[in-house]
Amino acid sequence: MKIYVPGPLRSYTANRAEVSAQGATLADLLGDLDRQFPGMRFRMINEQDGIREHIKLFVNGELAPDLSTPLSAPDEIHIICALSGG
Amino acid sequence: MHLLIGTRKGAFILEADKNRRKWATRGPVFLGNIVHHLVQDPRRPNVLLMAAKTGHLGPTVFRSTNFGRTWKEASRPPAFPKAPEGQKGLVVQHVFWLTPGHAGEPKVWYAGTSPQGLFRTEDSGDTWESVAGFHGNPMRSAWTGGDQEGPPDGATLHSILIDPRDPKHMYFGMSAGGFFETSDQGASWKPLNKGCAADFIPTPDPEYGHDPHCVRLHPLNPDRLYMQNHCGIYRMDRSEAQWVRIGKKMPKKIGDIGFPIEIHPRDTETAWVFPMDGTTVWPRTSPGGKPAVYVTRNGGKSWRRQQKGLPAEQGWFTVKRQAMTTDACEPVGVYFGTTGGEVWASRDEGESWRCIVRSLPHIYSVETAQLK
Repeated sequence: MKIYVPGPLRSYTANRAEVSAQGATLADLLGDLDRQFPGMRFRMINEQDGIREHIKLFVNGELAPDLSTPLSAPDEIHIICALSGG
Repeated sequence: MHLLIGTRKGAFILEADKNRRKWATRGPVFLGNIVHHLVQDPRRPNVLLMAAKTGHLGPTVFRSTNFGRTWKEASRPPAFPKAPEGQKGLVVQHVFWLTPGHAGEPKVWYAGTSPQGLFRTEDSGDTWESVAGFHGNPMRSAWTGGDQEGPPDGATLHSILIDPRDPKHMYFGMSAGGFFETSDQGASWKPLNKGCAADFIPTPDPEYGHDPHCVRLHPLNPDRLYMQNHCGIYRMDRSEAQWVRIGKKMPKKIGDIGFPIEIHPRDTETAWVFPMDGTTVWPRTSPGGKPAVYVTRNGGKSWRRQQKGLPAEQGWFTVKRQAMTTDACEPVGVYFGTTGGEVWASRDEGESWRCIVRSLPHIYSVETAQLK
């Protein structure tokens, strides 16, 4: 599956804006992403497995409420950094 | 001599010439990151640890082994334990404070976080574990005020102090929560707030719940502690187990409210504070718009104003609790950074001041570093 990576996270992906990962759920997919790009998951997902306040995950254009969201190929995942002021 | 500057938009390293007259600025490092603390490892002077996050991304720790030329992220940053299913767990919002461990434990560091958490690494900052004796303590929720929102930037654990005679003897402060001590390296903790005011709490003389802003332990006499508190300036000689409000000797029109407090590395009787306006709605700026440092040379029996070189008027400085420090030179250099992005330096123990850098971002922390 294709994942679109925002600018603040591209230090983990060697500046790539698009990467691929696999998983039956968002949790699985993020686990695969973290194996490929160590440290990336924790910047998006907190220690209680919650999506951080200023990160939004969209699956085929729909906002995913949590990590249990099911996935199947060829889903596309957008990671969005929700801008905050100042 | 170097100054390590943490700001709301990245870190900077200032380097002085041998006379501490000219300063060169290196940076920004990690532009756009919120850097709450940047600290040198005195056991390995080329090693720096940085507490960072961004507006979007979660908190982390970066480590450099070549004095800031390259950096590597912690593989397991400070994080609270995962809560059992169905229970709400704590989430680290930011790493606020970093303290190198005891000289006899060269790979140990401690980190304080918001909300109040204490973390320890035994591999020089690569992987961090929560200190279970605090997080699992049945009193933790009461000590920290539970789920209360806390101050605007979040409640913090800070001023992690290690007794140079004994790595198992430590202290920390919590804003809010109070000042705490362990004698078994964090397995158990007890409040140490007797004599300290907490006039924002309805209970008279509470055992905990106080608001220490910054606490320093004197390396030459580790039983002497100085504290800048929300409710005044204090000193404790540990054998007395009681805080003494030495801020009562400050001029009444200045008061004894502020955030940082600093000590002289070779004189246990000398400390510096940066008073701020804690009246009415707590502007937290220099009283009357006339910034000044105050020094005591006798353990708080008296204080003297030091303002030469600082703005005589319309200087509404705010200096955060990690943003004032001293060096070990002779005479001692004193430094502070403002939320307006200025760094001020004194080469003569506070007698005169000079702005050495302007126009940095909002400054959170200033620490000295010395390369051998």
